[in-house]
Amino acid sequence: MYFFHTDEDRKQMLAAIGVESVDALIASQVPAPVRMQRMLELGPPLTELQLEQRARELAKKNVSLDSHLCFMGAGAYDHFIPAVVDAIASRGEYYTSYTPYQAEVSQGNLQVMFEYETLITQLTGLDVSNASLYDGGSAAVEGVLMALGVSPARRRVVTTEGVHPEYRQTLDTYVAGIEAEVVTVDLDPQGTSSACLEAIDETTACVLIQHPNFFGCLEDVEKISAAAHRAGALVIQVFDPISLGMLKRPGDLGADIAVAEGQSLGNRLAFGGPYLGIMACRQDLVRRLPGRIAGQTTDRRGNRCWVLTLQTREQHIRREKATSNICSNQTLLALRATIYLSLLGPEGLRETATHCWQKTEYARRSIARCERFELLHSGPTFKEFAIRDRAGDVAGLFEHAVKQGILPGVPLGPFWPEHDDCLLVAVTESRTRAEIDRWTQTLAEAPVSGALSHA
Amino acid sequence: MRNKQHTQLLFELSRPGRRAHRLGAVDVPSADPATALPANALATSLPPLPELAEGDVVRHFTNLSTLNMSVDTHFYPLGSCTMKYNPKRNERLASLPAMADVHPLQPGETIQGMLEILCELQSLLAEISGLPGVSLQPAAGAHGELTALMVAAAYFRSRGEDRPVVLTADSAHGTNPASAAMAGLETKTVKSDSRGLVDLQDLRRQLDEKTAVFMLTNPNTLGLFDSQIEEITAAVHSAGGLVYLDGANMNAILGITRPGDFGADLMHYNPHKTFSGPHGGGGPGAGPICVRDFLAPFLPSPIVVKRGSQYVLDHDRPQSIGRVRSFFGNVGVLLRAYFYIRSHGGEGLRRVSEDAVLSANYLRSRVKHILDVPHGDSCMHEFVASAARLKKEKGLTAMDLAKRLLDYGFHAPTVYFPLIVPEAVMAEPTETESKETLDAFAEALFRITDESSETVHQAPHSTAISRPDDVRAARQPIVRWSEPS
Repeated sequence: MYFFHTDEDRKQMLAAIGVESVDALIASQVPAPVRMQRMLELGPPLTELQLEQRARELAKKNVSLDSHLCFMGAGAYDHFIPAVVDAIASRGEYYTSYTPYQAEVSQGNLQVMFEYETLITQLTGLDVSNASLYDGGSAAVEGVLMALGVSPARRRVVTTEGVHPEYRQTLDTYVAGIEAEVVTVDLDPQGTSSACLEAIDETTACVLIQHPNFFGCLEDVEKISAAAHRAGALVIQVFDPISLGMLKRPGDLGADIAVAEGQSLGNRLAFGGPYLGIMACRQDLVRRLPGRIAGQTTDRRGNRCWVLTLQTREQHIRREKATSNICSNQTLLALRATIYLSLLGPEGLRETATHCWQKTEYARRSIARCERFELLHSGPTFKEFAIRDRAGDVAGLFEHAVKQGILPGVPLGPFWPEHDDCLLVAVTESRTRAEIDRWTQTLAEAPVSGALSHA
Repeated sequence: MRNKQHTQLLFELSRPGRRAHRLGAVDVPSADPATALPANALATSLPPLPELAEGDVVRHFTNLSTLNMSVDTHFYPLGSCTMKYNPKRNERLASLPAMADVHPLQPGETIQGMLEILCELQSLLAEISGLPGVSLQPAAGAHGELTALMVAAAYFRSRGEDRPVVLTADSAHGTNPASAAMAGLETKTVKSDSRGLVDLQDLRRQLDEKTAVFMLTNPNTLGLFDSQIEEITAAVHSAGGLVYLDGANMNAILGITRPGDFGADLMHYNPHKTFSGPHGGGGPGAGPICVRDFLAPFLPSPIVVKRGSQYVLDHDRPQSIGRVRSFFGNVGVLLRAYFYIRSHGGEGLRRVSEDAVLSANYLRSRVKHILDVPHGDSCMHEFVASAARLKKEKGLTAMDLAKRLLDYGFHAPTVYFPLIVPEAVMAEPTETESKETLDAFAEALFRITDESSETVHQAPHSTAISRPDDVRAARQPIVRWSEPS
């Protein structure tokens, strides 16, 4: 516990206030009928040592990447995090500060925000970026809300099965209370969203597309953008930041708004959060951007400096007319992404993307040679691909792999009942050839347990 | 002492050919992207990111960090933000590989320790709030507000009631009306009375069969506990509406009173405030919500439940509003909250609030000789003073005071909020500051009012920059670096 006041302090403080006790102070504020008559039951307080013991005992009950090889992805990836990221981000000057309301004593954070925004525009090929949103899912939804705001007469949102299912579930939740219709198109056998071209019409506000998509497959964003723009709709692309070391940028493909999960950029998996919602857009949409934005200006002495700007978009000024309700955001994760991208540079990004792609190709070719498995989609992929277990025993497969020290992929059954015999497999730069071989062999040799196979 | 070379922008420090991170050769047989991938997908050039050496990166960000004030370095009495000490032990424990290197889609059997903590945290938050239904999913306080309003809307839909209106107090955080708008609800504002409390008559006048929720901050943003709380909640309930508690100020009432006991039906916590998760320069936070049992079926999915000896993620909740984000939640922040609560226990948490209240009242008793405190004779964990008289008499504004305090080595209080107090100065000292620090702060404030107006108007004098031109930043926005032409 972290208290300061000694009994003597309390005595002096109460005397200065002119009350007898803290209880009397509280009684002057909180009416008696609603005051608690007992202590909260939260267990006994733990000392630092006891807390450490409790945490370590619980930690032992988790399988983690410390002990297991990770082939799981689906929007959260085991990318390598250089030591510099942790060393800098664990400085108290960063992580124990808050929103830079006082620019004079927040130039560190503000300059990092400005650098982050610039890096995201360089990465996406779009004009402006905000300083962060919560995560990839809520960023995708904020993108859709922006588009609906641009054209109030257009209420149709076209999306596809290739967009992360949890992002689409989040979208469904958000649109339940507002007037909008979400149309979701199926994937073709290649694993791409070619059918979304037919779904775009004159009432469409936007197309929400993911490329590379949830299954790792490459969408033809250029073609979809062209069709959307002809119909007067905006294009929101969910992208993978790492892929941009090999693939064209969202801005170059015609996306108007680009959103991403920024966990890949130097942030730990942490069972789902905190993560980093990335959002960039075209210049003409800047006043509709949600969230904080740092901008450049000069101080009274003429020095270049940075401040929070365009705040008339935000809730503390505009209240119910704000572009979003977001207040606290993910600055610390954006700092980590900024450090990460500074360390990588263009060549490091290319190398990371290339490692991911080459290793994924190798894993894909290797597993496709095993009789038990087939590829779910025939089209090209980036760092992820789905396989079908002809024996239909994904649960048994997973259990077996975990025993061998491997998290073999993400079972797709919870998202698509018809794919309950499939695993989504991600291979990052962190995996070695020997580890990939071990993964292939483990899956190939897994016993088929329990129920009858589909084959 | 200041290193101006390395605090240039990353893009200005960049030199073609510098590198930090390297992976080396790929160790698998190579495929050819040009034949394996469609030509129109492949980039023809790389994103123009800066090129830096590792030493550049470390020196750049280390020097930049020294331009920030933070809780680790300074007293940070930013009202409404609860800038308390962030325990180092929580940082270490939340960073254990078996906590921080866990994939979000790992099956329940492989994360029993994690689920046990999260399940226990749900119970702890329920006990502290007096509201039994808990969702840990929302990513921030504002996100919790939105989620809770969606829960309320789903509840009314399930009863076939058309209640499109949310009432918010005029002293409320801006997130309240913004969240209501995002949930597709209409906002109306309830006035404060001359005491700074909810104007009960105005509330009663506006409550009707269209009212879904009254959003209340209690203690409110003036740091006052609303003494009419029982009448307020009874009035809302008798109109068929629900009471939402904005939990931003929970640091004032831990173990003293519970939202569920004073009539709130839904609430959010800000664990990055109340339970010491660090503020991260603006985030991450988290925004867990607690609700009454009849609202629990509508909470987002999944929630953690214990079945026999196993902890599981329960997705099978047919009335749930669904997801409000991807994956489980801001787990790193939630773990820190868990460690914080377990470090204190019930008695410890009550002392947190008692000391926070004591410190705020002590500081108030010292400041009131310098600035007017227009509302109340005492306060809870924070108070709002006004520089209006100082402005009239000496031409010094709340902003001037805030800026000059920086020279004295103090972060400024929140200024110009809440909107109902002119020249508002909102100070929240928290329980993790000493009497000496509070004395020094009051002393500085006193000395500032004695200084020449010119000195104060031009403050701060000791910081890297002073009085940036906000108007220019907004009128001619430069929100990214561009290559000089």
